[in-house]
Amino acid sequence: MADEKNTKIETRPVVTKNDYKVDNEVKWCAGCGNYAILSAVQNALVESGTRKEDVVVVSGIGCSSRFPYYINTYGFHGLHGRGAVIASGIKIANPKLDVWHITGDGDCMAIGGNHFIHVIRRNVDMNILIFNNKIYGLTKGQYSPTTPKGTVTKTSPDGTIENPFKPGELTMGAQGAFFARVVDTEPKRMEQVFLEASRHRGASVVEILQNCVIFSNKIHSLITRKDVRDDNQIFLEHGKPMIFGKNKDKGIIMKDSRLKVARISKYGISENDVLIHDARDPDDTTHYMLVRMTLPDFPLATGVIRNCPGVSNYGMLLEEQMEKAKENTKIKNVIDLIKENSWIVK
Amino acid sequence: MNGNVVEVDDIVIKFAGDSGDGMQLSGTQFSETSAFDGNDLSTFPDYPSEIRAPQGTLAGVSGFQVHIGHKEIKTPGDLADVLIALNPAALKANMKWVKPGAIIIIDIDNFDNKHYKKAGYIEDPIGDGSLNGYNVVKAPITYLSKASIRDLGLDSKSAERTKNQFALGILYWLFNKDLKFGGNFLDQKFKSKPILADANKRVLKAGYDYAETIEALKTTYLINPIKERKGRFRSITGNIALAWGLIAAAERAGLELFIGSYPITPASEILQELSKRKHLGVKAFQAEDEIAGINAAIGASFAGSFAVTTTSGPGLALKSEAIGLAVITELPIVIVDVQRGGPATGLPTKPEQGDLLQALYGRNGESPCVVLAASSPANCFHFAYMAGKIALEHMVPVILLSDGYLANGSELWELPGIQDMPKIKPPLVKDNDSEYKPYKRNKKTHVRYWALPGQEGLRHRIGGLEKEDITGIVSNGPLNHERMVKIREEKVQYVANDISELEVIGEESGELLVVGWGGTYGALVSAVKGLQEEGKSISLAQFNYIKPLPKNTEKVFSKFRKILICEMNLGQFAIYLRSQLPQFQFLQYNKIQGLPFMISELKEKVIQILEG
Repeated sequence: MADEKNTKIETRPVVTKNDYKVDNEVKWCAGCGNYAILSAVQNALVESGTRKEDVVVVSGIGCSSRFPYYINTYGFHGLHGRGAVIASGIKIANPKLDVWHITGDGDCMAIGGNHFIHVIRRNVDMNILIFNNKIYGLTKGQYSPTTPKGTVTKTSPDGTIENPFKPGELTMGAQGAFFARVVDTEPKRMEQVFLEASRHRGASVVEILQNCVIFSNKIHSLITRKDVRDDNQIFLEHGKPMIFGKNKDKGIIMKDSRLKVARISKYGISENDVLIHDARDPDDTTHYMLVRMTLPDFPLATGVIRNCPGVSNYGMLLEEQMEKAKENTKIKNVIDLIKENSWIVK
Repeated sequence: MNGNVVEVDDIVIKFAGDSGDGMQLSGTQFSETSAFDGNDLSTFPDYPSEIRAPQGTLAGVSGFQVHIGHKEIKTPGDLADVLIALNPAALKANMKWVKPGAIIIIDIDNFDNKHYKKAGYIEDPIGDGSLNGYNVVKAPITYLSKASIRDLGLDSKSAERTKNQFALGILYWLFNKDLKFGGNFLDQKFKSKPILADANKRVLKAGYDYAETIEALKTTYLINPIKERKGRFRSITGNIALAWGLIAAAERAGLELFIGSYPITPASEILQELSKRKHLGVKAFQAEDEIAGINAAIGASFAGSFAVTTTSGPGLALKSEAIGLAVITELPIVIVDVQRGGPATGLPTKPEQGDLLQALYGRNGESPCVVLAASSPANCFHFAYMAGKIALEHMVPVILLSDGYLANGSELWELPGIQDMPKIKPPLVKDNDSEYKPYKRNKKTHVRYWALPGQEGLRHRIGGLEKEDITGIVSNGPLNHERMVKIREEKVQYVANDISELEVIGEESGELLVVGWGGTYGALVSAVKGLQEEGKSISLAQFNYIKPLPKNTEKVFSKFRKILICEMNLGQFAIYLRSQLPQFQFLQYNKIQGLPFMISELKEKVIQILEG
């Protein structure tokens, strides 16, 4: 037997990726971006060192929302659009749990739009992964709230006439403290971003540009294709200059209160003129501008765009209020409660 | 004792004024004073859905009815013995609810042409003879209220607001009540504003002294305390009793209470009350909508809380998809529906029993829930407790029906002890139980086991897709689906083994059985008992357990020649009973006016049937 001293050392069993794999078959289409995302989440969970029994994966409805069935954790497959509130209930009921909410552009931006903005406003501590393929996949090809205007789909035979949402804009509009964007073709970066999201205490939103091989194949190819990705994507890292391009010769600068792309050269700007990414800035003005950058004038911003630590979250504040209430009361149980303002008739 | 005192068994008083005149407050104050005196009581507020409808108009009239007695009181009473009308609109709106010869106390300061016009009177109701035969006390209430506190320097609006206390002072004199209780109530009410407590107390006394000085009426009345009743009491409204019943259930189950709700009349007070109870470990989550309320509760239930959502009819409609989710995931949850007049927004502040079929059937697919109904303000505690016990022990959603009449009405409550709250034992699982499967069941009850996130060795996944029995693997299998549908229904039916039998009030056989459910109990029992005293062969069966029905239902029904179902809808319980017990013929009496049954109209209907 180990002596008393040794038993006090917490020996948590080593968790491996296999611990997060399920026995049942994973049934996404061959070539679906979801496989890479699943793998990156499993890696991030291993890396985070979280106790595997404390992980809860919650989803709504859609292709992405089958996720809980494909990862060996506590899982809850909810209703269309309602994952964010089911996840909120779980986290508030048991603050020790590490809650991951998996959703898609339809689930989260359309039918669940209301819950999405409110979970961010409340800042419930969870990770929200939005699989954005800009199409309804599970119902076979109708346009979604993120489908680019003009796109022809089964329900927009003449092209959509609606403006698409940008998840990042909604996140900032709802006072989100964490927003990141990644593409499903870059597993290392996904893992890194997921890990950062899971370490952030509050609602962390990650938009994953995910490819649906059947209904919106190559929808993100201008961002992900090898020959153009370096010029069309800028991967932001906190504290580093916003430089991008195949030859690292372009930078983002601020001019007249607007972002601009400028060429770094002897005749143009120098590296010192390029903006340094400050993901932790409490003021979200620059983050908002970064989120809105689109082709062709700008590269698409990826990486952790906003990660503002120290913002109070719902669970923290609730816990504080509960402790205070318990300290300041004489009513300790239901019998004390009902006896208040009562009288005895003899 | 004041003047010539007459002892009476019971008295009904209606307070009426503008919403904002403090009618709810003074009604509550008077009923609490009477409760301290040992009277039994029942109250009912009658307020408009607008917060402050135009002053002086019929739409703006707010009322509060109090029924106090020396014997058992079951309803707020049909018609009033005393009406307090602070303006002509209050008089006009309530004349049809007062007894012939009733005492009417009016604030003469508001009875002028301007107010007559607002109230829609063509002639002066005092001068035109319409009050002949009533005992009218015309008091300059506004003037004397203000005069008695002039030196306090309150602004004119605040000063005028004390006038309800003047009218109340007259009542304290008229019913020989101790002003001390009224004073204590005001001290409590205006704890943070001592000057208002002082002003109101002074005006209360001024009203009392005024009545004494002018001898407002030749006779005063005394309602003696109930003698046979001993124990610890308090007065309570249905909404508060319901909230506390939920707290009790969580405590006796050893779980945290989680409520996910969205404000809606007339259920909001439950959420408000529970929001105040963090010191008892209650987590109250005010959601962004009705749907979020129940879904958060389902999440909390998955995580191991005793989860509840509260609403009214329109909200229940919005929650129906999620109730189905609780059905298929077999998670415990209590859904409280404080019914109001429908459909759509309907009559938000008026009672109706229109949601029964929605509670029973209003979901997609075969989606059985346990359905209960509370039947008095105080027993909302017991049925909230039982709803929790059934949900947690049977892993099933329970819909608890209340209504606006129970929710806001109050009565005297003899406090239960811990022995009245039997321990609740949810089917929890031990860590690393190698036998655990998400849909493995107790063979006798079909109840599945409850493994909580965070527990070691029990990781599993559930959700809205149909699952294979025992293993919980997603399944489209035709036979499995049929099996699961039947299991879910049978699981609900097995609850009948754990509920009390249907009670018959009166003889166990006879000519006529009156059948009711939920909030109509007070009126039905009063009517039936009244007729029993007249020698009629009549009994009452009031249902609290609706799905499943108590096991002895058929036996009870079979002993009567006729069965009359009385309900405040077009006959929803009748439809349900016909489907469950088609061998019986059910007569119906229905009222859908946003008003509770009157004892007199029930008696009339019953006599008609007995004679017909």
